[in-house]
Amino acid sequence: MTIGGVARFWREIPQRYNLIGKQCGSCGRIYFPPRESCPYCRRKSIGKMRDIKLSGKGEIVTYTVIHVAPHNFEGQVPYPIAIVQLEEGPRITAQIVDCKIEDVKIGMKVEYTFRRIQEDGYTGAIYYGYKFKPCQQKQNHQ
Amino acid sequence: MEQIGIVSYGADIPRYRIKVEEIASVWGKNGEDIKRGLGINEKSVPSLDQDTATISVEAARAALKRCNIDPKNIGAIYIGSESHPYAVKPTGTIVGEAIGATPNLMVADYEFACKAGTAAIQTCNGLVKAGMIEYGLAIGADTAQAAPGDALEYSAAAGGAAFIIGKKDVIATINHTYSYTTDTPDFWRREGRKYPAHGGRFTGAPAYFKHITNCSKNLMKIAGTKPEDYNYAIFHQPNGKFPVTAAKMLGFSYDQIKQGLLCPIIGNTYSGSSLLGLASVLDVAKPGDKIFLTSYGSGAGSDSFDITVTDKINDLSRKNAPSVAQLIENKEYINYGTYAKFRDILYWE
Amino acid sequence: MRDVAIIGIGITKFGELWDKSFRQLIAEAGSKAIIDAGIEGKEIDAIYVGSMSAGRFIGQEHVGALVADSSGFAHLHIPAIRVESACASGGLALRQGYLSVASGMNDIVVVGGIEKMSDVGGTAATETLATAADQEWEAFFGATFPGIYAMIATKHMHDYGTTREQLAQVAVKNHANGALNPNAQFRREISLDTVIKAPPVAQPLGLLDCSPVSDGAASLILCPAEKAKKYTDKPVKIIGSGQASDTLALHARDSICTFNSTVYAARMAYKQAKKTPKDIDVAEVHDCFTIAEIIAIEDLGFVEKGEGGKAIDNNITTLDGSLPVNTSGGLKAKGHPVGATGVAQVVEIVTQLRGEAEKRQVKDATIGLAHNVGGCGASCIVHILEAM
Repeated sequence: MTIGGVARFWREIPQRYNLIGKQCGSCGRIYFPPRESCPYCRRKSIGKMRDIKLSGKGEIVTYTVIHVAPHNFEGQVPYPIAIVQLEEGPRITAQIVDCKIEDVKIGMKVEYTFRRIQEDGYTGAIYYGYKFKPCQQKQNHQ
Repeated sequence: MEQIGIVSYGADIPRYRIKVEEIASVWGKNGEDIKRGLGINEKSVPSLDQDTATISVEAARAALKRCNIDPKNIGAIYIGSESHPYAVKPTGTIVGEAIGATPNLMVADYEFACKAGTAAIQTCNGLVKAGMIEYGLAIGADTAQAAPGDALEYSAAAGGAAFIIGKKDVIATINHTYSYTTDTPDFWRREGRKYPAHGGRFTGAPAYFKHITNCSKNLMKIAGTKPEDYNYAIFHQPNGKFPVTAAKMLGFSYDQIKQGLLCPIIGNTYSGSSLLGLASVLDVAKPGDKIFLTSYGSGAGSDSFDITVTDKINDLSRKNAPSVAQLIENKEYINYGTYAKFRDILYWE
Repeated sequence: MRDVAIIGIGITKFGELWDKSFRQLIAEAGSKAIIDAGIEGKEIDAIYVGSMSAGRFIGQEHVGALVADSSGFAHLHIPAIRVESACASGGLALRQGYLSVASGMNDIVVVGGIEKMSDVGGTAATETLATAADQEWEAFFGATFPGIYAMIATKHMHDYGTTREQLAQVAVKNHANGALNPNAQFRREISLDTVIKAPPVAQPLGLLDCSPVSDGAASLILCPAEKAKKYTDKPVKIIGSGQASDTLALHARDSICTFNSTVYAARMAYKQAKKTPKDIDVAEVHDCFTIAEIIAIEDLGFVEKGEGGKAIDNNITTLDGSLPVNTSGGLKAKGHPVGATGVAQVVEIVTQLRGEAEKRQVKDATIGLAHNVGGCGASCIVHILEAM
């Protein structure tokens, strides 16, 4: 069954593909997902929220391993999912991939990677976005 | 003469692997016989969340990490694959958006069996040469399909490489390129069909070898070169044996092809095959190195390239992205059941 | 503001009630409460009913009118209001009913809570519950509702040394209590080992760390406190009502292990009641998962932050402890028909304060607290009740 409603996904492409957040032009705080106004500066921030591309590097704050998954994720169980604190401050929820489940730990350094997140049934659109994988530390030490 | 060629490159290979003997055991075959027959030990497998678009994006991002090119200056993206995630709807738009190259951008998806990626390089090369674009992004990537139990199941793998083509800070000039094309139905997948079919042994002499050797010879004639002029040679790798035989037929040594020969350890990555070989060579290449490349796409055709590595390769931040060797090293084995699930062989909705 | 009392309670059995429809359940709970209070239909000024997602569970919206109709009040044209705050819908229905009586606008108000969850499959039920989380930024990426609570558990274990066994103890305790509650979905004791060895749902949480999918309804009758004795010998006064909100997504909060919505709602309720956590004799807290009870008793001030895991070993929250928690069996054993839960919690507290809880009766209980959470702490409603 296809649900449709691709616009709901399409309008989030900048965030889902490229981690485009918002920075408050008044206080400098960074938000992801983007906010229309800064909760701290409120009216002062309206019209001053600027796009900012986040680096996609961060650290695991906490995590779990999902064994009972929603329909669209059943093929992937068991899969780790974590709250990741990005370098710039915002925290986001995302799957952790490209490592052994038992290697996922609080404090682990991760970076974003581009993956399929969901598909809308057998005939519907494919939705892409971010997941996180362990940082390629090896290269950094070369 | 102005230099046109590769300005940066990147690769991506999914980390799951399945061993040939694991597949063989499911179909009641002797794994050792098949490994010997195909020259393949294991192949890469995409997970459920990977496809040609994700591999292309990761490879393109790796290429961008290694250089200082503003993605907005990329004027064209061509992606060659026979496993585009959509039959209708381009992969290139996904990649363009994901690397920040939209919207002033030419995009098209290519299909020419396993040589669509080299065709993309030729297109970008031409557009740069004509002055129509500053940089072009050419990608060859696949998550190749194989029917369960078919001989292709041992080889059909996943991976891809991306090349930024331009004329500023060129790390490897494309001196000559030439294509050899005929209508030869050795391998195909019909519209709407899930798995490809092939002509069995017909894929050898009249198809792969005829096109690879004629294309290579003609290019060397144009370039005025001989096999021994090259430090490295890469031939399309449908299995571990064909490229070795082709090299021998043309007069190249095993030493010249071994750096780019990846099929024995990751399988045939189709549109990614010869391009991952090229990426592997660029990982270790030094200024002045000469590289020879001939791809092959069933149906059929070959694209040959005469490439020279420049001093600029030392300025490229190669370590900013994983090398092909690192991508190959980072692996996790799966069994056939998991493979069947990942490859959508077990259909469920 | 007038003081408000609860003069009637009604509850259905909780569980997989295959033969009972949404309409039958709400009518049963409502009529039990109305009969318990000894009121007439024509006395009712308004109906407030909490339902999280009738639209997804039974494909039916417009629940306010449906509840009035199912209860046989269509011809009386009573104002009927459906209230939604995810799993805190029931608690919020009570608060809205309470405010309407306290304000003087209404005298007799029926508060209901209901969910009929078993008419959809398990996966659909799980996905519906996940709509209480952030659909775009949590659920879209594969986070499930148990998964989000599991991330709290992982962090609590990491930061405070809470153990897998301590999580499991919550389920064991609440099952023991549920065994004493005739309306509970699970009326059997379970062992620590059974909880720990149950199939994993979202590590570290297993199947028996999770509240079940349930059907059920509960109802309360409110009236001005000054008129309460006219209807019942054992009225229970609402002495504090608090509500607070927080970010929809767990990741957007500075603290993973604290629900500030609980902290703020509790602060509001304690202040109004002029009580402190020490004054509470019995509490029903929102244990949708075992970890949820641990952080709830911390955030409500029953124990220090980080000490929640030890509350059972320290004989605090057990039935014979210093502050028994979830004597009904909690969401874990009594069942969790989401919209009904907040109302059912108050039914249990009223039962305790009336001294009618039989085998699970907390001795001399006069002040009780009910704590109802929506989503992963994006909403919280706290009520403090006192026997009159």
